[in-house]
Amino acid sequence: MDARNIDYEYSRLILPVGPVHPSLKEPVNLSVTVVNEEIVDVNVKLNYIYRGIEYLAERRNIAQTIYLVERICGLCSQAHSLTFIQALEEIANIQPPERAEFIRVICAELERIHSHMLLLGVVAYDIGLDTLFMYAFKSRETVMDLLEKISGKRVHHDLNTIGGVRFDIDEDLRRLIIKELKYVKRNLDYISEVLEDATVENRLREVGVLPSKIAEELSVVGPTARGSGLTKDVRFNRSYSVYRDYKNSFKIVVLKDGDCLARVKIRVLEVYESISLIETLLDNMPDTPIRIGERILKIIKRIPVGEAISIVEAPRGQLAHYVYTNGGEGLKRLSVRTPTIPNITAVKYMLMHRQIADIPVVFSSIDPCISCANRVTVTDAAKNKTIIVNLENLRRRM
Amino acid sequence: MITGVLKSLFKKPVTVKYYTKPGVHTPIPDRFRGRIIYDYDGCIGCALCVKICPAGAILATPERKVNFYMDRCIFCGECAEICPVKVISYSKDFEITSSDRSQLTVRK
Repeated sequence: MDARNIDYEYSRLILPVGPVHPSLKEPVNLSVTVVNEEIVDVNVKLNYIYRGIEYLAERRNIAQTIYLVERICGLCSQAHSLTFIQALEEIANIQPPERAEFIRVICAELERIHSHMLLLGVVAYDIGLDTLFMYAFKSRETVMDLLEKISGKRVHHDLNTIGGVRFDIDEDLRRLIIKELKYVKRNLDYISEVLEDATVENRLREVGVLPSKIAEELSVVGPTARGSGLTKDVRFNRSYSVYRDYKNSFKIVVLKDGDCLARVKIRVLEVYESISLIETLLDNMPDTPIRIGERILKIIKRIPVGEAISIVEAPRGQLAHYVYTNGGEGLKRLSVRTPTIPNITAVKYMLMHRQIADIPVVFSSIDPCISCANRVTVTDAAKNKTIIVNLENLRRRM
Repeated sequence: MITGVLKSLFKKPVTVKYYTKPGVHTPIPDRFRGRIIYDYDGCIGCALCVKICPAGAILATPERKVNFYMDRCIFCGECAEICPVKVISYSKDFEITSSDRSQLTVRK
């Protein structure tokens, strides 16, 4: 047999980063094409953690779906259930009491604080600065304890229900929240001091730059967009719930640099704004009941056939739920668009012509949540046809 | 930054120990939901809890009572809220681990 003579181009190789990788926390595969240490192409593969939540939601009654929807994401659980319930209340024409809306928004902002603190910790860990990681998680723990005292649970709060909330914030809790948030603010002053440090700045400045023109083309959302100089925030652009009346008690934070440092700094500044908003809301809470008197099983019986789309600002950006009820206690269709889906397309541009060592920090600076973003679509390129795979087919394939 | 690092060398650790003495925990919040407490004799068998349970952790028995499978429970608290005679409540017991699955079922 003749020895086959193939000329390999040894300088150009495809480097698989993930799905199991020490620095990426969730299963995602980045196929990075490298020429002499320089990245020339990035392919993102997402489908490792598909859970079929949209399909499951069509097979339960609405009272059960509230808890299912909350479990789409561990960090944005309040945002997901708030979005879903706002859509349902729109269909059923239910107006929740005013105090309930205040409590929902307070918990959503507390959740924004602990989500941003997590990102700060993860980025710090990726650049090797474990001190900042510990400090960020110290503050995060305080906020999670507060949420546990309000709702009884740290991660999935089970707080929202149709026509109000299930747990009240009484006078003792109000005083506790104000006290603990002062402690978080003190920690935050220290954290922003650490971020001014030369080691952090050398590692993050002008890494993963996303100019505002490209950001607008890729329609990125949330802190990633605001770090690139776009004024995109659902709380301002199409405000919902309590944000309508309290637009003036917090500012929209926009930084123009578009690099990793801007995206990290924007989180710190946003936590300051969230704290000031929570303090204002706690002072102005109206004295109404926290939920309408009707039992939840009776409410879901009278929800008519209808469809609604609801958009809120989750910690990571714009989150949209499309809900189509079937008139018989269930859903005909639920479609979720999480903020990671538009943001992850920006990773390719950010990594282009950078070094391999920049991959973890650039990827985690967009705050990806892979399991939220998974959809199953099979594209047949030859026949130019797209098939959506349902759970039954998926089971058969595995 | 360096002064902050040096200062925290002499501070008490923020970390909370899980189990210093048997039965002694960090304080558990009032609204915490642990293992279910079920009053078997008071139950009227309306099965509203079976209908509302998001996880399918409650199943009805032929004697018109219910069984709670704590291995499937997500501790949302809807069953305690909807019960018309209030026979379901939550304890503060969070150590619900067992190698035997039947230990995790609340019957009586």
